Amino acid sequence: MIDVDISSRLGDFSLSAKFEVNSGITAIFGKSGAGKSSLIRMIAGLSAPDNGRIALGERVVFDRAASINVPIQQRGVGMVFQDSRLFPHMNVERNLLYSQWAAGRKSAVGLAEIAELLGISHLLKRRPHGLSGGEKQRVAIGRALLSNPQLLVLDEPLASLDASRKAEILPYLLKLKNEFGIPMLYVSHSLGEIEQLADTLVLLDAGSVVAHGPIAQMLSNLELPQLASGPDAGSLLFATLNTYDEQWQITEFGLEGQVLQLPGQLGTVGQDARIRIKAKDVALARKAPEEASVRNVLSVVIEGITETSGPYAEVDCRVGEQHLRARLTRHSVHELQLVAGQQVFALIKSVALDQ
Amino acid sequence: MSFYLTDAEWAAIQLSLQVASLAIAIALPPAVLLGYALARWKFPGYTLVNALVHLPIVLPPVVTGYVLLVLFGRQGMLGSFFADVFGIVFAFRWTGAALAAGIMAFPMIIRPVKLSFELSDGQLEEAAHSLGTSRLKTFLLITLPLALPGILSGAILGFAKAMGEFGATITFVSNIPGETRTLSLALYTEMQSLSGDAGAIRLTVIAIVVSICALVFSEVISRRLSRKLGGQHD
Repeated sequence: MIDVDISSRLGDFSLSAKFEVNSGITAIFGKSGAGKSSLIRMIAGLSAPDNGRIALGERVVFDRAASINVPIQQRGVGMVFQDSRLFPHMNVERNLLYSQWAAGRKSAVGLAEIAELLGISHLLKRRPHGLSGGEKQRVAIGRALLSNPQLLVLDEPLASLDASRKAEILPYLLKLKNEFGIPMLYVSHSLGEIEQLADTLVLLDAGSVVAHGPIAQMLSNLELPQLASGPDAGSLLFATLNTYDEQWQITEFGLEGQVLQLPGQLGTVGQDARIRIKAKDVALARKAPEEASVRNVLSVVIEGITETSGPYAEVDCRVGEQHLRARLTRHSVHELQLVAGQQVFALIKSVALDQ
Repeated sequence: MSFYLTDAEWAAIQLSLQVASLAIAIALPPAVLLGYALARWKFPGYTLVNALVHLPIVLPPVVTGYVLLVLFGRQGMLGSFFADVFGIVFAFRWTGAALAAGIMAFPMIIRPVKLSFELSDGQLEEAAHSLGTSRLKTFLLITLPLALPGILSGAILGFAKAMGEFGATITFVSNIPGETRTLSLALYTEMQSLSGDAGAIRLTVIAIVVSICALVFSEVISRRLSRKLGGQHD
Protein backbone atom coordinates (compact mmCIF):
# COMPACT_ATOMS: atom_id res chain seq x y z
CA MET A 1 0.00 0.00 0.00
CA ILE A 2 1.20 3.48 -0.83
CA ASP A 3 0.04 6.27 1.43
CA VAL A 4 0.85 9.79 0.31
CA ASP A 5 -0.06 13.09 1.93
CA ILE A 6 2.28 15.85 0.84
CA SER A 7 2.40 19.45 -0.20
CA SER A 8 5.16 21.42 -1.78
CA ARG A 9 5.85 24.69 -3.55
CA LEU A 10 8.01 24.55 -6.65
CA GLY A 11 8.46 28.12 -7.80
CA ASP A 12 5.09 29.32 -9.05
CA PHE A 13 3.68 25.84 -8.97
CA SER A 14 2.23 24.24 -5.91
CA LEU A 15 1.71 20.55 -5.54
CA SER A 16 -0.53 18.92 -3.01
CA ALA A 17 -1.39 15.28 -3.09
CA LYS A 18 -3.27 13.07 -0.70
CA PHE A 19 -4.20 9.53 -1.64
CA GLU A 20 -3.69 5.96 -0.67
CA VAL A 21 -3.68 3.05 -3.06
CA ASN A 22 -3.31 -0.67 -2.69
CA SER A 23 -0.93 -2.88 -4.60
CA GLY A 24 -1.37 -3.67 -8.26
CA ILE A 25 -0.81 -1.01 -10.87
CA THR A 26 -1.69 2.53 -9.91
CA ALA A 27 -1.81 5.00 -12.75
CA ILE A 28 -1.03 8.63 -12.12
CA PHE A 29 -2.85 10.43 -14.85
CA GLY A 30 -2.91 14.07 -15.81
CA LYS A 31 -2.04 16.53 -18.54
CA SER A 32 1.54 17.67 -19.09
CA GLY A 33 2.44 20.08 -16.33
CA ALA A 34 -0.12 18.64 -13.91
CA GLY A 35 2.69 17.72 -11.53
CA LYS A 36 2.90 13.98 -12.21
CA SER A 37 6.66 13.83 -12.44
CA SER A 38 7.18 16.08 -9.43
CA LEU A 39 4.91 13.82 -7.41
CA ILE A 40 6.67 10.59 -8.26
CA ARG A 41 10.09 12.16 -7.82
CA MET A 42 9.07 12.88 -4.25
CA ILE A 43 7.76 9.36 -3.73
CA ALA A 44 10.96 7.89 -5.13
CA GLY A 45 13.15 10.18 -3.04
CA LEU A 46 14.68 12.18 -5.88
CA SER A 47 13.36 15.31 -4.22
CA ALA A 48 11.72 16.14 -0.92
CA PRO A 49 8.33 17.80 -0.45
CA ASP A 50 8.02 20.82 1.85
CA ASN A 51 5.52 19.10 4.09
CA GLY A 52 3.74 15.84 4.70
CA ARG A 53 4.30 12.14 4.88
CA ILE A 54 4.91 9.24 2.50
CA ALA A 55 4.61 5.59 3.51
CA LEU A 56 5.36 2.58 1.33
CA GLY A 57 3.63 -0.36 2.94
CA GLU A 58 4.45 -0.29 6.64
CA ARG A 59 7.54 1.80 6.08
CA VAL A 60 7.46 5.57 6.50
CA VAL A 61 9.99 6.88 4.00
CA PHE A 62 9.26 10.56 4.48
CA ASP A 63 7.77 12.47 7.35
CA ARG A 64 8.55 16.17 7.67
CA ALA A 65 7.17 16.39 11.21
CA ALA A 66 9.29 13.45 12.39
CA SER A 67 12.30 14.53 10.28
CA ILE A 68 12.32 11.25 8.37
CA ASN A 69 13.68 11.35 4.84
CA VAL A 70 14.97 7.97 3.69
CA PRO A 71 17.52 8.58 0.92
CA ILE A 72 16.71 7.22 -2.51
CA GLN A 73 19.40 4.55 -2.18
CA GLN A 74 17.49 2.97 0.70
CA ARG A 75 13.89 3.51 -0.39
CA GLY A 76 13.72 0.37 -2.46
CA VAL A 77 11.97 2.14 -5.31
CA GLY A 78 12.88 1.00 -8.81
CA MET A 79 12.67 3.80 -11.36
CA VAL A 80 12.02 3.54 -15.07
CA PHE A 81 12.42 6.89 -16.81
CA GLN A 82 10.93 8.05 -20.08
CA ASP A 83 14.40 8.26 -21.64
CA SER A 84 15.55 4.87 -20.27
CA ARG A 85 18.80 6.33 -18.89
CA LEU A 86 20.92 3.27 -19.52
CA PHE A 87 24.60 3.70 -18.74
CA PRO A 88 26.21 4.10 -22.16
CA HIS A 89 29.63 2.83 -21.13
CA MET A 90 28.36 -0.55 -19.96
CA ASN A 91 26.82 -3.38 -21.92
CA VAL A 92 23.24 -4.49 -21.35
CA GLU A 93 24.21 -7.19 -18.86
CA ARG A 94 26.31 -4.78 -16.76
CA ASN A 95 23.40 -2.35 -16.84
CA LEU A 96 20.92 -4.99 -15.77
CA LEU A 97 23.08 -6.16 -12.90
CA TYR A 98 24.29 -2.68 -11.86
CA SER A 99 22.48 -2.65 -8.53
CA GLN A 100 23.96 -6.04 -7.71
CA TRP A 101 27.64 -5.51 -8.53
CA ALA A 102 27.76 -1.82 -7.65
CA ALA A 103 25.37 -1.57 -4.72
CA GLY A 104 25.38 -5.15 -3.42
CA ARG A 105 21.64 -5.66 -3.82
CA LYS A 106 20.29 -9.18 -3.92
CA SER A 107 17.40 -10.04 -6.15
CA ALA A 108 14.94 -12.88 -5.68
CA VAL A 109 14.62 -13.27 -9.43
CA GLY A 110 17.64 -13.98 -11.55
CA LEU A 111 19.05 -12.24 -14.58
CA ALA A 112 18.14 -15.11 -16.89
CA GLU A 113 14.52 -15.12 -15.78
CA ILE A 114 14.08 -11.36 -16.17
CA ALA A 115 15.89 -11.28 -19.51
CA GLU A 116 13.69 -14.12 -20.75
CA LEU A 117 10.50 -12.45 -19.55
CA LEU A 118 11.40 -9.13 -21.19
CA GLY A 119 12.71 -10.75 -24.37
CA ILE A 120 16.19 -9.23 -24.05
CA SER A 121 18.29 -12.37 -23.59
CA HIS A 122 19.89 -11.93 -27.00
CA LEU A 123 20.96 -8.35 -26.20
CA LEU A 124 23.05 -8.97 -23.09
CA LYS A 125 26.43 -8.29 -24.68
CA ARG A 126 25.30 -5.26 -26.68
CA ARG A 127 25.92 -1.62 -25.80
CA PRO A 128 22.84 0.55 -25.16
CA HIS A 129 23.43 2.93 -28.08
CA GLY A 130 22.80 0.17 -30.60
CA LEU A 131 19.37 -0.72 -29.21
CA SER A 132 15.96 0.42 -30.43
CA GLY A 133 13.83 2.62 -28.19
CA GLY A 134 11.64 -0.30 -27.20
CA GLU A 135 14.61 -2.52 -26.39
CA LYS A 136 16.16 0.22 -24.27
CA GLN A 137 12.97 0.58 -22.27
CA ARG A 138 12.76 -3.17 -21.69
CA VAL A 139 16.36 -3.17 -20.44
CA ALA A 140 15.55 -0.22 -18.18
CA ILE A 141 12.57 -2.10 -16.76
CA GLY A 142 14.72 -5.18 -16.19
CA ARG A 143 17.43 -3.13 -14.51
CA ALA A 144 14.91 -1.62 -12.11
CA LEU A 145 13.38 -5.04 -11.36
CA LEU A 146 16.76 -6.61 -10.64
CA SER A 147 17.41 -3.99 -7.95
CA ASN A 148 14.85 -5.86 -5.87
CA PRO A 149 12.43 -2.96 -5.47
CA GLN A 150 9.37 -2.95 -3.26
CA LEU A 151 7.75 -0.49 -5.61
CA LEU A 152 8.33 0.08 -9.29
CA VAL A 153 7.83 3.63 -10.53
CA LEU A 154 7.46 4.12 -14.27
CA ASP A 155 7.57 7.73 -15.44
CA GLU A 156 5.88 7.85 -18.85
CA PRO A 157 7.87 4.81 -19.97
CA LEU A 158 6.21 4.70 -23.38
CA ALA A 159 5.89 8.41 -24.11
CA SER A 160 8.95 8.63 -26.32
CA LEU A 161 8.08 5.52 -28.35
CA ASP A 162 6.00 5.30 -31.50
CA ALA A 163 2.73 3.38 -31.57
CA SER A 164 4.17 0.04 -32.67
CA ARG A 165 6.93 0.17 -30.05
CA LYS A 166 4.31 0.94 -27.42
CA ALA A 167 2.34 -2.09 -28.46
CA GLU A 168 5.57 -4.06 -28.14
CA ILE A 169 6.12 -3.06 -24.49
CA LEU A 170 2.62 -3.19 -23.03
CA PRO A 171 2.38 -7.00 -22.96
CA TYR A 172 5.63 -7.13 -20.97
CA LEU A 173 4.25 -4.76 -18.39
CA LEU A 174 1.15 -6.94 -18.07
CA LYS A 175 3.35 -9.99 -17.62
CA LEU A 176 5.25 -8.23 -14.86
CA LYS A 177 2.06 -7.41 -13.10
CA ASN A 178 0.73 -10.94 -13.35
CA GLU A 179 3.96 -12.83 -12.62
CA PHE A 180 5.64 -10.71 -9.97
CA GLY A 181 2.74 -8.92 -8.37
CA ILE A 182 5.08 -6.03 -7.68
CA PRO A 183 3.23 -2.79 -6.94
CA MET A 184 3.71 -0.23 -9.67
CA LEU A 185 3.13 3.48 -10.04
CA TYR A 186 2.57 4.19 -13.67
CA VAL A 187 2.70 7.80 -14.79
CA SER A 188 1.07 8.59 -18.08
CA HIS A 189 -0.92 11.13 -20.01
CA SER A 190 -2.29 8.42 -22.27
CA LEU A 191 -5.65 7.10 -21.20
CA GLY A 192 -5.29 4.19 -23.61
CA GLU A 193 -2.24 2.79 -21.80
CA ILE A 194 -3.86 3.27 -18.44
CA GLU A 195 -7.06 1.46 -19.42
CA GLN A 196 -5.03 -1.54 -20.41
CA LEU A 197 -2.84 -1.67 -17.35
CA ALA A 198 -4.08 0.09 -14.28
CA ASP A 199 -6.15 -1.19 -11.40
CA THR A 200 -6.33 2.15 -9.66
CA LEU A 201 -6.20 5.63 -11.04
CA VAL A 202 -5.00 8.82 -9.39
CA LEU A 203 -6.14 11.87 -11.31
CA LEU A 204 -3.89 14.88 -11.03
CA ASP A 205 -4.81 18.31 -12.29
CA ALA A 206 -2.86 21.57 -11.84
CA GLY A 207 -0.86 20.20 -8.96
CA SER A 208 -3.54 18.54 -6.91
CA VAL A 209 -5.18 15.14 -6.75
CA VAL A 210 -8.72 15.60 -8.06
CA ALA A 211 -9.87 12.04 -7.44
CA HIS A 212 -8.56 8.53 -7.03
CA GLY A 213 -10.19 5.12 -7.11
CA PRO A 214 -10.67 1.88 -9.04
CA ILE A 215 -10.07 2.36 -12.75
CA ALA A 216 -13.50 1.37 -14.13
CA GLN A 217 -15.29 3.53 -11.60
CA MET A 218 -13.08 6.52 -12.32
CA LEU A 219 -13.53 6.17 -16.09
CA SER A 220 -17.29 6.19 -15.82
CA ASN A 221 -17.49 9.06 -13.35
CA LEU A 222 -19.12 11.89 -15.27
CA GLU A 223 -17.92 14.38 -12.69
CA LEU A 224 -14.41 13.82 -13.99
CA PRO A 225 -14.50 15.39 -17.44
CA GLN A 226 -10.76 14.76 -17.84
CA LEU A 227 -11.56 11.05 -18.03
CA ALA A 228 -15.19 10.68 -18.92
CA SER A 229 -15.85 13.21 -21.68
CA GLY A 230 -14.68 13.36 -25.25
CA PRO A 231 -15.82 11.39 -28.29
CA ASP A 232 -14.06 8.19 -27.24
CA ALA A 233 -15.25 8.16 -23.64
CA GLY A 234 -16.80 4.95 -22.52
CA SER A 235 -16.67 2.09 -20.08
CA LEU A 236 -14.13 -0.46 -19.08
CA LEU A 237 -15.56 -3.89 -18.35
CA PHE A 238 -13.84 -6.89 -16.83
CA ALA A 239 -14.79 -10.16 -18.50
CA THR A 240 -13.56 -13.74 -18.80
CA LEU A 241 -12.89 -15.58 -22.04
CA ASN A 242 -15.44 -18.43 -22.26
CA THR A 243 -15.01 -20.15 -25.58
CA TYR A 244 -13.69 -19.76 -29.07
CA ASP A 245 -15.85 -20.83 -31.99
CA GLU A 246 -13.59 -22.24 -34.71
CA GLN A 247 -16.21 -22.29 -37.43
CA TRP A 248 -17.23 -18.65 -37.24
CA GLN A 249 -14.03 -17.46 -35.64
CA ILE A 250 -15.81 -15.77 -32.79
CA THR A 251 -14.51 -15.45 -29.24
CA GLU A 252 -17.12 -15.44 -26.52
CA PHE A 253 -16.62 -13.60 -23.25
CA GLY A 254 -18.60 -13.97 -20.05
CA LEU A 255 -19.64 -10.74 -18.41
CA GLU A 256 -21.67 -10.82 -15.22
CA GLY A 257 -23.51 -13.95 -16.38
CA GLN A 258 -24.16 -12.56 -19.84
CA VAL A 259 -22.26 -12.99 -23.06
CA LEU A 260 -20.25 -10.75 -25.39
CA GLN A 261 -18.95 -11.93 -28.75
CA LEU A 262 -15.91 -10.55 -30.47
CA PRO A 263 -14.61 -11.51 -33.90
CA GLY A 264 -11.26 -13.31 -34.07
CA GLN A 265 -9.36 -15.55 -31.72
CA LEU A 266 -8.51 -13.37 -28.77
CA GLY A 267 -6.65 -15.43 -26.21
CA THR A 268 -7.07 -18.60 -24.23
CA VAL A 269 -10.09 -19.96 -22.42
CA GLY A 270 -10.39 -18.83 -18.82
CA GLN A 271 -8.26 -15.74 -19.36
CA ASP A 272 -9.29 -12.42 -17.82
CA ALA A 273 -9.87 -9.63 -20.26
CA ARG A 274 -10.52 -5.92 -20.24
CA ILE A 275 -13.14 -4.84 -22.67
CA ARG A 276 -13.57 -1.25 -23.66
CA ILE A 277 -16.85 -0.02 -25.04
CA LYS A 278 -17.26 3.53 -26.27
CA ALA A 279 -20.38 5.27 -25.01
CA LYS A 280 -21.28 6.33 -28.56
CA ASP A 281 -21.26 2.67 -29.69
CA VAL A 282 -24.02 1.68 -27.27
CA ALA A 283 -27.69 1.96 -28.18
CA LEU A 284 -30.58 1.21 -25.83
CA ALA A 285 -33.82 -0.59 -26.60
CA ARG A 286 -36.84 -1.27 -24.44
CA LYS A 287 -37.34 -4.71 -25.99
CA ALA A 288 -34.75 -7.26 -27.00
CA PRO A 289 -34.29 -6.84 -30.75
CA GLU A 290 -35.12 -9.76 -33.01
CA GLU A 291 -33.49 -10.58 -36.31
CA ALA A 292 -30.89 -7.86 -35.94
CA SER A 293 -27.26 -7.94 -37.03
CA VAL A 294 -26.08 -6.60 -33.70
CA ARG A 295 -24.86 -9.67 -31.84
CA ASN A 296 -24.08 -8.14 -28.50
CA VAL A 297 -27.17 -7.41 -26.50
CA LEU A 298 -26.93 -7.06 -22.74
CA SER A 299 -29.72 -6.79 -20.28
CA VAL A 300 -28.98 -3.74 -18.14
CA VAL A 301 -30.62 -1.53 -15.54
CA ILE A 302 -30.50 2.25 -15.90
CA GLU A 303 -28.78 3.81 -12.91
CA GLY A 304 -28.95 7.42 -13.93
CA ILE A 305 -29.28 9.78 -16.86
CA THR A 306 -27.18 12.91 -17.21
CA GLU A 307 -28.28 15.38 -19.82
CA THR A 308 -25.56 17.62 -21.19
CA SER A 309 -26.04 21.15 -22.45
CA GLY A 310 -25.70 19.85 -26.02
CA PRO A 311 -27.86 17.35 -27.88
CA TYR A 312 -26.60 14.35 -25.93
CA ALA A 313 -27.42 12.53 -22.74
CA GLU A 314 -25.13 10.11 -20.91
CA VAL A 315 -26.96 7.06 -19.62
CA ASP A 316 -25.29 5.10 -16.86
CA CYS A 317 -26.35 1.44 -16.96
CA ARG A 318 -25.54 -1.37 -14.59
CA VAL A 319 -24.58 -4.85 -15.81
CA GLY A 320 -24.44 -6.94 -12.64
CA GLU A 321 -21.79 -5.16 -10.57
CA GLN A 322 -20.26 -3.25 -13.48
CA HIS A 323 -21.17 -0.09 -15.30
CA LEU A 324 -21.79 0.51 -18.98
CA ARG A 325 -22.27 3.95 -20.42
CA ALA A 326 -24.42 4.83 -23.37
CA ARG A 327 -24.43 8.15 -25.18
CA LEU A 328 -27.82 8.84 -26.73
CA THR A 329 -29.42 12.01 -27.99
CA ARG A 330 -31.64 13.74 -25.47
CA HIS A 331 -34.37 13.34 -28.04
CA SER A 332 -34.13 9.51 -27.92
CA VAL A 333 -34.12 9.49 -24.14
CA HIS A 334 -37.28 11.54 -24.22
CA GLU A 335 -39.00 9.44 -26.91
CA LEU A 336 -38.17 6.11 -25.26
CA GLN A 337 -39.19 7.56 -21.92
CA LEU A 338 -36.08 6.21 -20.25
CA VAL A 339 -35.88 6.66 -16.50
CA ALA A 340 -33.60 5.44 -13.72
CA GLY A 341 -34.38 1.98 -12.39
CA GLN A 342 -35.73 0.76 -15.72
CA GLN A 343 -34.58 -2.54 -17.18
CA VAL A 344 -33.55 -2.14 -20.84
CA PHE A 345 -31.34 -3.78 -23.46
CA ALA A 346 -28.00 -2.38 -24.47
CA LEU A 347 -27.11 -2.96 -28.12
CA ILE A 348 -23.39 -2.79 -28.58
CA LYS A 349 -22.22 -2.03 -32.09
CA SER A 350 -18.55 -2.37 -31.57
CA VAL A 351 -16.42 -3.84 -28.85
CA ALA A 352 -12.74 -3.37 -28.40
CA LEU A 353 -10.61 -5.72 -26.42
CA ASP A 354 -8.09 -3.89 -24.29
CA GLN A 355 -6.26 -6.86 -22.98
CA MET B 1 72.71 22.83 -40.71
CA SER B 2 72.56 19.74 -38.55
CA PHE B 3 69.31 17.99 -37.93
CA TYR B 4 70.65 16.45 -34.77
CA LEU B 5 69.95 17.94 -31.40
CA THR B 6 72.81 18.99 -29.18
CA ASP B 7 73.08 17.60 -25.66
CA ALA B 8 71.85 20.87 -24.24
CA GLU B 9 68.79 20.77 -26.48
CA TRP B 10 68.09 17.18 -25.50
CA ALA B 11 68.36 18.16 -21.88
CA ALA B 12 65.88 20.99 -22.45
CA ILE B 13 63.39 18.65 -24.11
CA GLN B 14 63.74 16.04 -21.37
CA LEU B 15 63.31 18.74 -18.77
CA SER B 16 60.22 20.03 -20.55
CA LEU B 17 58.69 16.54 -20.53
CA GLN B 18 59.49 16.18 -16.85
CA VAL B 19 58.12 19.62 -15.99
CA ALA B 20 54.96 19.12 -18.04
CA SER B 21 54.33 15.68 -16.49
CA LEU B 22 54.55 17.05 -12.96
CA ALA B 23 52.49 20.09 -13.96
CA ILE B 24 49.65 17.84 -15.19
CA ALA B 25 49.93 15.64 -12.11
CA ILE B 26 49.51 18.73 -9.93
CA ALA B 27 46.81 20.42 -11.99
CA LEU B 28 44.59 17.54 -13.14
CA PRO B 29 42.93 16.45 -9.86
CA PRO B 30 41.85 19.98 -8.86
CA ALA B 31 40.82 20.66 -12.47
CA VAL B 32 38.53 17.60 -12.44
CA LEU B 33 36.93 18.50 -9.11
CA LEU B 34 36.59 22.18 -9.96
CA GLY B 35 35.36 21.35 -13.47
CA TYR B 36 32.68 19.14 -11.93
CA ALA B 37 31.68 21.82 -9.43
CA LEU B 38 31.48 24.51 -12.10
CA ALA B 39 29.52 22.26 -14.48
CA ARG B 40 27.00 20.89 -12.01
CA TRP B 41 26.63 23.28 -9.11
CA LYS B 42 25.52 26.83 -8.69
CA PHE B 43 27.12 28.29 -5.59
CA PRO B 44 27.80 31.74 -4.18
CA GLY B 45 30.96 33.13 -5.73
CA TYR B 46 30.53 30.96 -8.87
CA THR B 47 31.39 33.83 -11.18
CA LEU B 48 34.46 34.76 -9.15
CA VAL B 49 35.79 31.19 -9.10
CA ASN B 50 35.10 30.82 -12.81
CA ALA B 51 36.97 34.06 -13.49
CA LEU B 52 39.93 33.05 -11.30
CA VAL B 53 40.24 29.72 -13.10
CA HIS B 54 40.45 31.42 -16.47
CA LEU B 55 42.62 34.31 -15.25
CA PRO B 56 45.95 32.83 -16.49
CA ILE B 57 44.65 33.07 -20.07
CA VAL B 58 44.18 36.84 -19.98
CA LEU B 59 46.73 37.86 -17.38
CA PRO B 60 50.19 38.72 -18.80
CA PRO B 61 52.29 35.63 -18.02
CA VAL B 62 54.92 37.83 -16.45
CA VAL B 63 52.33 38.93 -13.90
CA THR B 64 51.46 35.31 -13.06
CA GLY B 65 55.17 34.59 -12.71
CA TYR B 66 55.70 37.59 -10.47
CA VAL B 67 52.76 36.67 -8.25
CA LEU B 68 54.21 33.15 -7.95
CA LEU B 69 57.58 34.62 -7.05
CA VAL B 70 56.01 36.74 -4.32
CA LEU B 71 53.92 33.86 -2.94
CA PHE B 72 56.24 30.88 -3.50
CA GLY B 73 59.65 32.51 -3.30
CA ARG B 74 61.94 31.57 -0.40
CA GLN B 75 60.57 34.43 1.67
CA GLY B 76 57.03 34.14 0.31
CA MET B 77 54.15 33.11 2.55
CA LEU B 78 53.46 29.80 0.79
CA GLY B 79 57.07 29.27 -0.26
CA SER B 80 58.36 29.29 3.31
CA PHE B 81 55.45 27.12 4.41
CA PHE B 82 56.20 24.42 1.82
CA ALA B 83 59.92 24.61 2.54
CA ASP B 84 59.48 24.31 6.31
CA VAL B 85 56.69 21.76 6.43
CA PHE B 86 57.33 19.52 3.41
CA GLY B 87 60.88 20.48 2.48
CA ILE B 88 59.70 21.39 -1.02
CA VAL B 89 61.37 24.39 -2.60
CA PHE B 90 59.89 25.96 -5.72
CA ALA B 91 62.01 29.04 -6.32
CA PHE B 92 64.58 28.55 -9.11
CA ARG B 93 63.91 24.78 -9.18
CA TRP B 94 62.33 22.61 -11.83
CA THR B 95 59.44 21.96 -9.41
CA GLY B 96 58.77 25.70 -9.56
CA ALA B 97 58.74 25.49 -13.36
CA ALA B 98 56.16 22.69 -13.04
CA LEU B 99 54.05 24.80 -10.68
CA ALA B 100 54.11 27.74 -13.08
CA ALA B 101 53.34 25.49 -16.06
CA GLY B 102 50.51 23.78 -14.15
CA ILE B 103 48.88 27.08 -13.31
CA MET B 104 49.24 28.40 -16.85
CA ALA B 105 47.84 25.13 -18.24
CA PHE B 106 44.95 24.99 -15.77
CA PRO B 107 42.39 26.84 -17.97
CA MET B 108 43.30 24.60 -20.90
CA ILE B 109 42.68 21.50 -18.81
CA ILE B 110 39.50 22.59 -17.13
CA ARG B 111 37.67 23.68 -20.26
CA PRO B 112 37.09 20.24 -21.87
CA VAL B 113 36.69 18.67 -18.42
CA LYS B 114 33.92 21.08 -17.53
CA LEU B 115 32.34 20.62 -20.96
CA SER B 116 32.19 16.85 -20.59
CA PHE B 117 30.57 17.13 -17.17
CA GLU B 118 28.04 19.54 -18.66
CA LEU B 119 27.15 17.13 -21.48
CA SER B 120 25.38 14.80 -19.09
CA ASP B 121 23.02 16.68 -16.82
CA GLY B 122 22.87 14.36 -13.84
CA GLN B 123 20.07 12.11 -15.12
CA LEU B 124 22.22 9.00 -15.27
CA GLU B 125 23.34 9.74 -11.74
CA GLU B 126 19.70 9.82 -10.63
CA ALA B 127 19.20 6.41 -12.17
CA ALA B 128 22.33 5.14 -10.40
CA HIS B 129 21.12 6.50 -7.06
CA SER B 130 17.77 4.77 -7.53
CA LEU B 131 19.68 1.54 -8.13
CA GLY B 132 21.39 1.96 -4.77
CA THR B 133 24.86 3.46 -5.29
CA SER B 134 26.02 6.28 -3.03
CA ARG B 135 26.99 9.71 -4.38
CA LEU B 136 30.71 8.93 -4.25
CA LYS B 137 30.34 5.52 -5.86
CA THR B 138 28.07 6.96 -8.54
CA PHE B 139 30.68 9.63 -9.27
CA LEU B 140 33.38 6.99 -9.62
CA LEU B 141 31.33 4.47 -11.63
CA ILE B 142 29.19 6.71 -13.81
CA THR B 143 30.19 10.37 -13.83
CA LEU B 144 33.96 10.00 -14.02
CA PRO B 145 34.16 7.26 -16.70
CA LEU B 146 31.76 9.21 -18.91
CA ALA B 147 33.86 12.35 -18.50
CA LEU B 148 37.09 10.46 -19.19
CA PRO B 149 37.46 11.54 -22.82
CA GLY B 150 37.09 15.17 -21.74
CA ILE B 151 39.58 14.68 -18.95
CA LEU B 152 42.08 13.04 -21.31
CA SER B 153 41.57 15.75 -23.88
CA GLY B 154 42.16 18.40 -21.20
CA ALA B 155 45.26 16.62 -19.97
CA ILE B 156 46.73 16.46 -23.47
CA LEU B 157 46.08 20.13 -24.25
CA GLY B 158 47.38 21.07 -20.81
CA PHE B 159 50.49 18.95 -21.32
CA ALA B 160 51.26 20.73 -24.59
CA LYS B 161 50.69 24.09 -23.00
CA ALA B 162 52.85 23.17 -20.01
CA MET B 163 55.67 21.94 -22.25
CA GLY B 164 55.91 25.26 -24.01
CA GLU B 165 55.25 27.64 -21.11
CA PHE B 166 57.60 30.60 -21.19
CA GLY B 167 56.64 33.89 -19.54
CA ALA B 168 55.59 32.79 -16.09
CA THR B 169 58.39 30.24 -15.95
CA ILE B 170 61.25 32.59 -16.74
CA THR B 171 59.88 35.20 -14.34
CA PHE B 172 59.39 32.75 -11.47
CA VAL B 173 62.31 30.32 -11.76
CA SER B 174 64.65 32.09 -14.17
CA ASN B 175 66.60 30.36 -16.98
CA ILE B 176 68.98 27.91 -15.34
CA PRO B 177 70.51 25.25 -17.66
CA GLY B 178 69.60 21.72 -16.53
CA GLU B 179 67.23 23.00 -13.82
CA THR B 180 64.67 25.36 -15.33
CA ARG B 181 65.73 25.77 -18.96
CA THR B 182 62.80 24.09 -20.68
CA LEU B 183 62.21 23.91 -24.43
CA SER B 184 60.89 27.45 -24.81
CA LEU B 185 63.60 28.89 -22.62
CA ALA B 186 66.28 26.99 -24.56
CA LEU B 187 64.83 28.32 -27.80
CA TYR B 188 64.91 31.85 -26.41
CA THR B 189 68.51 31.36 -25.31
CA GLU B 190 69.57 30.10 -28.75
CA MET B 191 67.88 33.07 -30.37
CA GLN B 192 69.98 35.37 -28.17
CA SER B 193 73.25 33.74 -29.20
CA LEU B 194 74.96 34.59 -32.51
CA SER B 195 75.30 30.98 -33.66
CA GLY B 196 71.97 29.68 -32.42
CA ASP B 197 69.85 29.78 -35.60
CA ALA B 198 70.08 26.07 -36.37
CA GLY B 199 69.24 25.11 -32.79
CA ALA B 200 66.36 27.58 -32.71
CA ILE B 201 64.89 26.04 -35.87
CA ARG B 202 65.26 22.49 -34.52
CA LEU B 203 63.48 23.41 -31.30
CA THR B 204 60.82 25.33 -33.18
CA VAL B 205 60.04 22.29 -35.30
CA ILE B 206 59.75 20.13 -32.19
CA ALA B 207 57.46 22.66 -30.50
CA ILE B 208 55.21 22.78 -33.57
CA VAL B 209 55.07 18.97 -33.83
CA VAL B 210 54.21 18.58 -30.15
CA SER B 211 51.46 21.19 -30.40
CA ILE B 212 49.89 19.72 -33.54
CA CYS B 213 49.95 16.21 -32.08
CA ALA B 214 48.27 17.47 -28.94
CA LEU B 215 45.54 19.28 -30.87
CA VAL B 216 44.86 16.28 -33.12
CA PHE B 217 44.77 13.81 -30.22
CA SER B 218 42.52 16.04 -28.22
CA GLU B 219 40.19 16.55 -31.20
CA VAL B 220 39.97 12.81 -31.88
CA ILE B 221 39.18 12.13 -28.25
CA SER B 222 36.49 14.79 -27.96
CA ARG B 223 34.88 13.50 -31.15
CA ARG B 224 34.75 10.05 -29.60
CA LEU B 225 33.21 11.65 -26.53
CA SER B 226 30.35 13.29 -28.38
CA ARG B 227 29.66 10.09 -30.32
CA LYS B 228 29.56 8.06 -27.15
CA LEU B 229 27.30 10.44 -25.27
CA GLY B 230 25.17 11.11 -28.33
CA GLY B 231 23.94 7.53 -28.21
CA GLN B 232 22.39 7.87 -24.81
CA HIS B 233 19.62 10.35 -25.52
CA ASP B 234 17.80 8.99 -28.55
